[in-house]
Amino acid sequence: MTSKPYRLGESFGHAIDRSRRVNFSFDGKQMPGYAGDTLASAVMANGQRVFGRSFKYHRPRGVVGLGSEEMNALVGVGEGSRHEPNLRATQVELHDGLVAVSQNRWPSLSFDIGSINNTLSRFFPGGFYYKTFMWPQKFWMSVYEPFIRRAAGLGKAPDGCDPDTYEHIHAHCDVLVVGGGVAGLAAAEAAAASGARVIICDENPQFGGWADIADGTIDGVAQSEWAQAKVQRLSEAENVHVLSRTTCVGHWQHNSLILFERVADHDPALLARGTPRHRLWKVRARQVILATGSIERPIAFANNDRPGIMLAGAARAFLTRYGVAPGSSGLVFTNNDDAYQTALALKQAGIQVRVVDSRSHVDSQLPTTARKAGIEIMAGSAIAAVESSFGGLDVTGVKVAPYRKGSGRVITETRIECDFIAMSGGFNPALHIWCHTGGKIRFDEALQSFRPDTHHDRIAAVGAANGTLALGGALNEAYAVGEAAGKAALPKSKAARPKVPKALQEVQQALESLWFSPATGKYNEGNKHFIDFQNDVTAADLELAQREGYESVEHTKRYTTFGMATDQGKTSNLNGLGVLAEATGKTIPQIGITTFRPPYTPFSFGSVAGPMTRQLFLPIRRTPIYEWHKSQAAQFEPIGQWRRAYTYPKPAEEKQASIAREILAVRNSVGLLDASTLGKIEIKGPDAAALLDRVYSNMFSTLKIGRCRYGLMMNELGFLIDDGVTVRLGEDHFLMHTTSGGADRVSAWLEEWLQTEWTDYKVFVTPVTEQWAQFAIAGPKARDVLRRLDPDFELSNEAFPHLSMKEGHLGRYPVRVFRISFSGELSYEVAVPANLGRGLWDEILTAGQDFGITVYGTEALHVLRAEKGYIVIGDETDGTVTPVDVGLDGLVSKKKSDFIGKRSLEQSFLKRTDRKQLVGLLTEDPSEVLPDGAYAVQEVKDKPPMEMIGQVTSSYFSPTLQRSIAMALIQSGRARMGETLSFPLDGKVVKAKIVDQVFYDKEGAQLNG
Amino acid sequence: MLIVHCPVCGAEGDETDFHAAGEAHIRRPATLDPEHISDEQQRDYLFMRRNPKGLHFERWRCDRGCGKWFHAARDTATMEFKAFYLATELPPRELMEQATGEWVTFFKDKLKAAKTK
Amino acid sequence: MKTRYSVFSLARNALNYHKDWERAWRSPAPKAEYDAIIVGAGGHGLATAYYLAKNHKMTNIAVVEKGWLGGGNTGRNTTIIRSNYLQDPSIAIYELARSLYENLSQELNYNVMFSARGVVMLCQTEHELRAFKRTAHANRLAGLDCRMITAAEVKQIVPIINDSPNCRYPILGAYYQPRGGTGRHDAVAWGYARGADSMGVDIIQNCEVTGIRRNGGAVSGIETTRGFIKSKKIAVVTAGHVSTIMQMAGVRMPIESQCLQALVSEPIKPVIDCVVMANTVHGYMSQSDKGELVIGGGTDPYNNYSQRGSFPALEHTVTALVETFPIISRLRMLRMWGGIVDMTGDRSPIIGKTDVEGLFVNCGWGTGGFKAIPGSGFVFADTIANDRPHPIAEPFGMNRFAEGRFIDESVAAAVAH
Repeated sequence: MTSKPYRLGESFGHAIDRSRRVNFSFDGKQMPGYAGDTLASAVMANGQRVFGRSFKYHRPRGVVGLGSEEMNALVGVGEGSRHEPNLRATQVELHDGLVAVSQNRWPSLSFDIGSINNTLSRFFPGGFYYKTFMWPQKFWMSVYEPFIRRAAGLGKAPDGCDPDTYEHIHAHCDVLVVGGGVAGLAAAEAAAASGARVIICDENPQFGGWADIADGTIDGVAQSEWAQAKVQRLSEAENVHVLSRTTCVGHWQHNSLILFERVADHDPALLARGTPRHRLWKVRARQVILATGSIERPIAFANNDRPGIMLAGAARAFLTRYGVAPGSSGLVFTNNDDAYQTALALKQAGIQVRVVDSRSHVDSQLPTTARKAGIEIMAGSAIAAVESSFGGLDVTGVKVAPYRKGSGRVITETRIECDFIAMSGGFNPALHIWCHTGGKIRFDEALQSFRPDTHHDRIAAVGAANGTLALGGALNEAYAVGEAAGKAALPKSKAARPKVPKALQEVQQALESLWFSPATGKYNEGNKHFIDFQNDVTAADLELAQREGYESVEHTKRYTTFGMATDQGKTSNLNGLGVLAEATGKTIPQIGITTFRPPYTPFSFGSVAGPMTRQLFLPIRRTPIYEWHKSQAAQFEPIGQWRRAYTYPKPAEEKQASIAREILAVRNSVGLLDASTLGKIEIKGPDAAALLDRVYSNMFSTLKIGRCRYGLMMNELGFLIDDGVTVRLGEDHFLMHTTSGGADRVSAWLEEWLQTEWTDYKVFVTPVTEQWAQFAIAGPKARDVLRRLDPDFELSNEAFPHLSMKEGHLGRYPVRVFRISFSGELSYEVAVPANLGRGLWDEILTAGQDFGITVYGTEALHVLRAEKGYIVIGDETDGTVTPVDVGLDGLVSKKKSDFIGKRSLEQSFLKRTDRKQLVGLLTEDPSEVLPDGAYAVQEVKDKPPMEMIGQVTSSYFSPTLQRSIAMALIQSGRARMGETLSFPLDGKVVKAKIVDQVFYDKEGAQLNG
Repeated sequence: MLIVHCPVCGAEGDETDFHAAGEAHIRRPATLDPEHISDEQQRDYLFMRRNPKGLHFERWRCDRGCGKWFHAARDTATMEFKAFYLATELPPRELMEQATGEWVTFFKDKLKAAKTK
Repeated sequence: MKTRYSVFSLARNALNYHKDWERAWRSPAPKAEYDAIIVGAGGHGLATAYYLAKNHKMTNIAVVEKGWLGGGNTGRNTTIIRSNYLQDPSIAIYELARSLYENLSQELNYNVMFSARGVVMLCQTEHELRAFKRTAHANRLAGLDCRMITAAEVKQIVPIINDSPNCRYPILGAYYQPRGGTGRHDAVAWGYARGADSMGVDIIQNCEVTGIRRNGGAVSGIETTRGFIKSKKIAVVTAGHVSTIMQMAGVRMPIESQCLQALVSEPIKPVIDCVVMANTVHGYMSQSDKGELVIGGGTDPYNNYSQRGSFPALEHTVTALVETFPIISRLRMLRMWGGIVDMTGDRSPIIGKTDVEGLFVNCGWGTGGFKAIPGSGFVFADTIANDRPHPIAEPFGMNRFAEGRFIDESVAAAVAH
């Protein structure tokens, strides 16, 4: 590897600050650089060209491009949990202590075992893997694929959690300008002049685009000078927001766009101060102006991927911006005038240079100037071969041959010594964002490329992005479009329009397309004309795909993987189409183009998640008693958004033991449950009863004031979706209880019916779940506890029977007390305004002390209800279960002409008598607890498959009955009462008898006690 | 991302501030005549959808705003909204006329009714 | 018959610079009439054609395709292959498909890269845990090789998973199908196309169906952009566009077309070997042989024929996965795209005959069609050839919607990919 001093003198490199040295390391090697360098420029300045190895053939690769189009120089930056793979060296801004590593090579960059693939490349044409690796079958997973996986994959993932933060910001603007080159700045100025709120963003740290490497003047000053002045003015303007290091990654429907701002990557010190690493801008723009510029095309000549072969514009930029020479003696290979500026710049820097131009006649201004400057121009010729040092690490020379479009074979060759090549095959407007939501494009013969045509959204393209490459044209276009956008956003604005500045620039001669430069010998015989550098796709691969019938460009793409690398075809796409067109005799438009998809350039997942991770990922709801539960070391379980206490183990108490203790306390004395999560919805209005009659399967209009009734809710398919007790508070006023998880769903659902179906109903639906804390006091001693709280509260069976409600005061607490039971015991549910909840809770505990009141959790609750054979929505039901299936036919009204789900219950399959029906199960061995979801089979076989006839829906060991109990949905279960079923488990078969599902207190004596 | 406009409260916002709920103008047979509904009618009500490529009429809810349900006319190919109207209303006449596929049959009598008025 | 693909034919062709490879499939002009026409050259359509030719010796058939073969959801999905469903009919067809995948490469002499890397379905709530336990019991008795695994085992299989007990939805365990995995989606379409073509099936691309001709109760052929093609059997297999195609025959469908998005990261060295599905937070992830993390989630909530999704749906998915796999936070999204999926009322497919004689339909695969391709093609071909539903296809008939006989998999998992 050469180590000539590549850094040029003071007169070159306006972007770097030579007074500020920056130290960094590349592959462990300490290197010096300057503030303003990119990793690419700094490493090259240190005389190193090879940055990485290619994906398939592991060929050594150097820098080709200038920014986000770079496809070769991919590096990993940062260490440990701050490592980030696959960054483009051309975009990594240098900072002190930056640590970078090359990728996809072993053991080292200069010597890589994987490069054996290159020697054998003949055996790996495009799509070869579809044709082999099939024998023996098991080798695919055991040998071939593991090898492929290890070989593939470029960089390494970081280890550990990301220590940095990310944020989102929503922005609305009148005009968003994407791209801060001359055209973008002009458009922004024109738009802003009308008073419109403008956002202008650019991917790079500096604005100006190519201004600093393009010829021509604006109002008499150099383009870059003009650009810098404009940026200054815009950033000072009230109504303009200027964003650098900000990539527009995509355009979505209705002009919503995502901008990706790299806030702190260039200066880690910011992170220490709490700055987010990246910021995601969610922009809604009335008007969008794309000034995204164009991307230079490489040329497909033999071995065009050698380190030292760059795009002409990039070579020029390294020279002028960073004062870095691409080599000591070079060659410019072009089919257009623009590249002559590179030749001139090189010459000016004292670097020896020749121009090889595929066009036979070049006499426009730039070439003439070049000739005058003493640059040799070889017109009508092309590069036929590239010679390189051992291992292809460096260019040593080229063979140039006469070129006439269409004529294939090379006859005579001239050898020229050089150590770098600057190539330019023309320019492609950056159409990506234009196309993200389906903007139309058309092929432009002069550009030999696609350009924007029409778009259904309010979006326009200007300058190079629109195919307008000449400075004058670009400026006129930009000012006109900018002004129009401003006007469209603010029709009434009377603001003065800025005058369009005067542009002066050499007229350039048209390019001639050069999709393929013939090589010594036939190109498919060993010479590699790379189209997609990173994925190692050659012209031969594309041509082979065509011959094999993968004719659609999408087929070719997927078969050869061209355009699928991390640059998403920025430099390869059109060259590929060109090659395909010539191979098939079609035109490029006939070949068609693959779809542009977001993002324009890759952006971090962290920025997409933004702050919504860890604690902020999803909200958690807590009841007013949550802190108390925590203080008692309760185990919690998530139910919907809620955290509910599952059980309250005492120190050194097993989970099962504490659950049993809680259950027995309820059965034998009294228990206390925090039921605050229970859904509560107030339903008020003259038609409240009518609404309830529609949404519940049973009748509610007949419910007496002050009474409670258990109701079943079906969806329109006839399947159970919710249940609960509803209370009539007044003639036109009800309080509906729903499941904890279903509360929000049900209230929204009621609203939907009211607003969209029974629009004439006069009803208000108000979710009040969080307005109330609600506790169940359950057990034989429940009444005594309440008496302790307030001796005056009337609790006698006569005055306050089961399924009734009393409003009043318990001590100083305003309460609603419902005599309802989900445990089968004498039970009162006390509702109190949420803010008083904790107070009452504590007083209940004190009042209950003498009765040994025990707080119980959700698991005890579930066992208690199972002992009584009560269903739980989501356990006994799964969205395919009807009220009839669970044996609640009694709650399906025969009187009501219509309620939700009624008609569906009539459908043949729902009426069948052999449907799965809810039954109780008692295992033969009382200590054997059936697993949840275990299936019963028609007949036990020695091996599967076996015909399944139903499954366990709930299964517990009942401390009350000192045996296991279960509920199950079994085909024609009710007709099988007394039958014994077999449940084949792993290694054993459990037998259980079908019984009634009510295991405890069938006559409900406890309940009414 | 769709920008949605609520015709009830006037709020304009991202699709995430709203709730999309599928095809509009589906009539629930049981509300009209609970006694005589064939299995096929019930199936059509519950499952059969017009699902056109192009102009479509659908239901939305102003989730983060007034909470009201409303209707929207949207092109399912370009994602463009053509109109927002109340949950109790029919689409603007010209849109009923532009409707294609199975919507045509649905709007035919509505348009006739509108004419006779 | 075509030259067999093998390491030998590869070497032989290498010697003369791959000049002699023949076309994988012809591009024939449509004949005037076929014994059967399949509309839609996606995986399901091509597999149907392949099995019609191979199992039922129907070789005078055509597959017509509006665009390029395999260009719909077949080439846009996240390539997950599994069969651990809850309901018997689903188990039957998905397991048939999965078992055919096992040696599909050999069957087609085309490497479809089926890789049984294992599918891990996380349980992140007690309710989800119960649901998967039930599925596990059902699958075991159906003879599937699946099992519940503990949180510790999950961490072993997926070292990068967030196993913090304090995270929003701690991993309680998972349901694991070791013989589930992934395949190379394009290769499945190409392999079936090459196989069908070599048996004489005409695959006609860039041929859009503009009408379905009926005389009375029966179909007689299709109008296309390349003229009228006669046939007494028309099989529509057009996923997202099934409503519009079937309408040409006057048949209304219980389908809504929505956009399902997927995305990939930049390629990185292997970090995850299996497929992980996190249904509670709506996201799933695997890593392709190329090194890209392949990520998917739920559908956009409204009808969409544009193959372009909305950002919020993606944001939701990515956020869920950053929470589940914290290391991806610093990795970057390379490409996102959308496909038009056809969602039925019960989220299960429709396979079978219609009320129109000679008109068959296979659709409604929604978000999970890729895994079913071989099985779907196998039973659909049998259904078409014998003009009656194959036993495995029977439960998926359209009549189920009038009878209330739904096949609801949402019972088991929130997202049924």
